Amino acid sequence: MNHRVLASTLAAAVLLAAPLFAQAPAASTKTAPAAAVKTPAAAATAIPRTADGHPDFSGVFSNASAVPVARPANCGTKEVYTPEDLAAGMGGARGCGAAAAGGGRGGAGRGGAGRGAAGRGAANIDPETGQPALQVHYDVSQFGLDATHATRAASLRTSIITGPEGKLPPLTPEAQKRQADLRAYNAQHQWDGPESRPLGERCIMWPAEGPPMMPEGYNSDLQISQGPGYVAVTQEMIHDTRIIPTDGRPHLPANVQQWFGDPRGHWEGDTLVVETTNFTNRTTLQQAPTTDKMKVTERFTRVDANTVKYQFTVDDPGTWTKPWSGELNMTKIDSPLYEYACHEGNYGMANNLSGQRAVEKKAAEQK
Amino acid sequence: MRGWFERWFGGLIVVASAVAACLVFSVIPVSGQAPAPAYKAPRTKDGKADLNGIWEAIDTANWDLRAHAAAQGPVLSLGAEFSIPPGPGVIEGDGEIPYLPAAAEQQKKNFANRLALDPEVKCYMGGVPRSTYMPYPFQIIQSPKTITMHYEFAGAFRSINMEKPTEAPADSWMGWSTGHWEGDTLVVVVTDQNDQTWFDRAGDFHSNALKVTERYTPRSTDVLMYEATIEDPKTFSRPWKISVPLYRHVEKNAQIMEYKCNEFAEEVLYGKYRKQSSK
Repeated sequence: MNHRVLASTLAAAVLLAAPLFAQAPAASTKTAPAAAVKTPAAAATAIPRTADGHPDFSGVFSNASAVPVARPANCGTKEVYTPEDLAAGMGGARGCGAAAAGGGRGGAGRGGAGRGAAGRGAANIDPETGQPALQVHYDVSQFGLDATHATRAASLRTSIITGPEGKLPPLTPEAQKRQADLRAYNAQHQWDGPESRPLGERCIMWPAEGPPMMPEGYNSDLQISQGPGYVAVTQEMIHDTRIIPTDGRPHLPANVQQWFGDPRGHWEGDTLVVETTNFTNRTTLQQAPTTDKMKVTERFTRVDANTVKYQFTVDDPGTWTKPWSGELNMTKIDSPLYEYACHEGNYGMANNLSGQRAVEKKAAEQK
Repeated sequence: MRGWFERWFGGLIVVASAVAACLVFSVIPVSGQAPAPAYKAPRTKDGKADLNGIWEAIDTANWDLRAHAAAQGPVLSLGAEFSIPPGPGVIEGDGEIPYLPAAAEQQKKNFANRLALDPEVKCYMGGVPRSTYMPYPFQIIQSPKTITMHYEFAGAFRSINMEKPTEAPADSWMGWSTGHWEGDTLVVVVTDQNDQTWFDRAGDFHSNALKVTERYTPRSTDVLMYEATIEDPKTFSRPWKISVPLYRHVEKNAQIMEYKCNEFAEEVLYGKYRKQSSK
């Protein structure tokens, strides 16, 4: 029984911790905010190239970012900070406000015992024994999962989403209904079986894996491989690879749908443009259940020896009232991709479901 | 009823064939011993043999590395569709796997319980060498510093470091791969695999002391020879070797597609925890 409590607590700790990492302030980035978002073409000579002359994207990159997906309201239509803004304490989730309100600069994302179950002290009572439960903690810094360990690409953007609004467009009425139906179903059935658990828990895909590929909060590393006619992007999260043919072939037939869609790439000058279609209607993007008509266009541009500018547009008329676009930087890191054997090590699924069955059994006995 | 002429003529054909075969066979070994008139593979831009492509084995090694006759499959209800096709075996030499005595016993237990124990049933990553000859394609993407291999089964991935060897951060399902070139042969040494993967559906297994030395040698435009030497002193009394040809997918629309099989293994793994209908 203790194992189940432990596993559930760990799972909860990770879920709770993830948003904290994503909101870590810009001031804690390891890299200086020097590489501007709109680097002029002057750096073109410095980018690495493959033998066939295309920009060479191969290597391991981090897309960890302190930039929030949606723009903090206090930034208005301001898309880019100046270095002076950052020096004055703006940035990250604090947006364009003063530093004082946010407090704890560099503190968020350190995680550690205080954020785990142990921090709740005496309140953590094992329901079965009535005794204080095993004092578990999830020291994220110990495992290098916290944002302070991640190398983050510099960016002066106020939000990943581009444009004057800097946030997701409204959902269509149909999408609102789908979202409400999904939430209502989950409220009743989320513990029924493995297929009613979130895709991330099932090791099918993490919420931010995309495409568009967004920072995950942790494990935000990806490896790009490049050969004649192909570029492959492997995300460390769950070990998912998107193999992108660049030979001009057509998409798979429309009836063939894949979790990550079916990507096709082509070169526009030094930019790799990837169009992905053939999605399922079983995924969500930014909490919205998307449709199989979604199309995602990504643009990869080598800005300098260490940076890839990643731009994207999501077009799903069945979900959002208009297309939306974003931009972030990936930075090269000196590290291999680690193998994330998510499904192979998914003890949480069995523990969560069997734990829920035990709860139900106990409730039935007490009636 | 056959007449004497047919018998005579038939016999002549047999004799003629035998003579022809002798001629052919006696010629080939001699020319084979000449100093490597070997196939020379197309080059990548940096001058190495070009192994880029989508490859797949066509044999029954994933059922059983050893020679095996056809047999009833482990799921009776699937009848002939999932019964075991015969195969002449892919192990070099005596065709046997040199298990230590205790390991030989373990393999028998694994075989008896293979439907419950085979990591393939659970959609676990195949490890090396099994991923290479599972009945799914894999793609090689080659660059000077790194060669990546992308397997359709379970979306498994490994990155072969062609530069200075580095130390594995931990044991893993797909191991730690370090490569170098010997002529046109890509040699990859794979270490630091965990003890959870098998070699085939017949319960053949290894420990975490496994070291696999792989050799990928282009044989023609569309055939890549794959050899793997297997060393594991905790499990085997000596090194042993398998040899499996890999064939290129030449279809214009060939691509590695998604086989996210964990979804298909959920009933096997978690079905017993499912909420029973109480209506």
